[in-house]
Parts: sequence; structure tokens; C-alpha cells
Amino acid sequence: MPALNEERSIGAVIAEIRAADPEFDVIVIDDGSTDRTGAVAAENGAQVITLPFNVGIGGAVQTGYLYARDHDFDVAVQVDGDAQHDPAEIPKILAPIIQGDADLVVGSRFLGEGEYEPPVTRLLGIRLLARVVSVLVRQRVTDTTSGFRASNRRAISLFASDYPHDYPEVEAMVLVFRHRLKLVEVPVHMRLRGAGESSITFWRSAYYMLKVLLALFVGLFRRYPTPQEDHQ
Amino acid sequence: MTPLRVSIVAAVAALLLLFVIFELIRSRRLQERYAMLWLLTGIVILILGLWRGLLSTIADAAGIAYPPSALFVLAAFFILLLLLHYSTVISTLADQNRILAQRLALLESRLGETQGNGESR
Repeated sequence: MPALNEERSIGAVIAEIRAADPEFDVIVIDDGSTDRTGAVAAENGAQVITLPFNVGIGGAVQTGYLYARDHDFDVAVQVDGDAQHDPAEIPKILAPIIQGDADLVVGSRFLGEGEYEPPVTRLLGIRLLARVVSVLVRQRVTDTTSGFRASNRRAISLFASDYPHDYPEVEAMVLVFRHRLKLVEVPVHMRLRGAGESSITFWRSAYYMLKVLLALFVGLFRRYPTPQEDHQ
Repeated sequence: MTPLRVSIVAAVAALLLLFVIFELIRSRRLQERYAMLWLLTGIVILILGLWRGLLSTIADAAGIAYPPSALFVLAAFFILLLLLHYSTVISTLADQNRILAQRLALLESRLGETQGNGESR
């Protein structure tokens, strides 16, 4: 669980994960928070990994996958620390992996469930990205920026060795496809942000869109190794 | 108006620059974050090269009698901005480097303490 200044919500999220399944190892990656995020997470019984300074969402999430790889996890679930995801839905996200139908499962806010309605400009951006990524991965995807995901061993080891930087969720989906791993979306609910508005402004989203599209475009021309299992 | 030959040379140079940037991103020697500025540079050069009346128009508007000077002014200003940007990036890196060194030193000292304790028991 990547977290940056989420002291108000992180305790509740950890408690909800515990309620969903007490067996889960809860790892919080504190990405240089200036509030008590790390302390609150530790008080609530999570294993806290504190980054010495803010490395950005991509680096923080990858730290989690490195931890998962080093500790030999079979599956890793990524949840945002701001309580927008409902930990009760973790089993739903895990199901395709347990059944062996997917390497990466993404919880989508736009597959019918939930009543999340973003502002019009953001919706346009989300639609455009979904369209572009759908073409690139040759299957229909609806929510490219969702941070509610589950990975199996293959996806964990891929993300541990290569994870995109700035706004990584979108690129990670394409990366998974390029490495010939299986990607599945499942519907999830989106809860409204409890504290504060999202920090994304119009200009920043425009810049973000440009950068992501550039990254996706350049990524097309990279050669990726095929996973070894395919050679057997 | 820019002479045709100059226009062609500028456009080819700009395309070359754009290709080099692309290749640097592809081979992961340049992050997208820093590539955006360079792509902008390449595109501006390309536009100035292909749109042959633009430079004179800009020079006129800014009251510069000799259009090529406008180009130098623009280029110098942009390079100044780029350098300033790098100064801020270097400052951030220096800060992070200091924090890493401090964390490592504290970690080593704590490691030494625990090992010392273990031996004395």
C-alpha cells in the first residue's frame, strides 16, 4: 500500500484489510510523508517501509513489489491508502489469479459497479487513455489508472525489475501485455475521497496525458524479453 | 523570409534532434520527465524552419530589426531556462544524496551497536 500523507485514512484502511482477511501481510510504503502516516500505520499493525524521501508513486509501488519478491510472496495486492478502494473487494480482485486466469488483475471503476462519476474533463482523459491502451493490449480495458490491483509471482517479478516512473498504472498494463502476461479487469466500487479533493488540476492532467502518451508511444519501439516459461 | 536552403537545413537538423531524443528515451537513457523540454525544443526549431515567415513576424513584433538576432535572443533565453531547470534538479539530487548518506550512516552505527551487544553477551 503506497501512502503519502494519509494519516487520517490509513488506520481505517489497514483495519478494513484485517477485517477482510486477518492472514494478509499488510505492507505500507511510506513515500516520505511529512505527517504521521508511518507511525499510524505501524500502530495499526502494518509492516512499514519508510522511504528516506519522496520518490514518487512509481518508485513507492515498486518498493512494494521488491519486498514481495524478496519475501517470496505468491500474490501481492496493491491498494491506495486514501480509502477510495474497499478492502472487502480484495477477494474479488484475487479470484482470477487464484483460478490461474490472470497474472495481473485490475479493479475497474467503470465496469458497471459503483456510481463513480468523475468531472467531464477527467472523464475524457480516462476514456482516451482506456481507448489507447485497449488498442495497445488488444483487449478491452476501461480503467487504466486504477491503483487497486493484484499480481501473481510472474507480475511481481516483472514489476520488481521494471516499473514505470511518474504515472505508472497506465504503462504497467501495457508492460504486462508486452511481456505476454495475462491481464484481467474486474468491476469494483469507488468510494469518494474522505479527506480533501484530488490534487490533479487541468494543466497538470494535460501535461500528464502528453507524457503518458509519449511514454506509451516510445514503449512500442522497445524490445521486451519473453518470459522463460514460454520457451519450454 | 528565411531562405529556402536554410529552411531545409533547419528542418533536417530538427528532425535529427527529435530522432536522437526518441532513441534516448527508447534506450532508457532519458526519462520522459526530462524529454518533454527537449521535444518542445525540437518542435519549435522544426516550426521555425518550416514556417518561413514566422521568425520575421516575431522579430517585428518584438521590435528587433534583424530577424536572426531574434533567433539568438530566443535561443539564449531558452538555454537560460534549461540551465535554471537543471540547477533545481541538481539541488534536489544533492538534498536526496545527503539524506541517503545520513540514513546509511545511522543504519551502520545502529548495526554496529547491535552486533557489539551480541558479542558482549
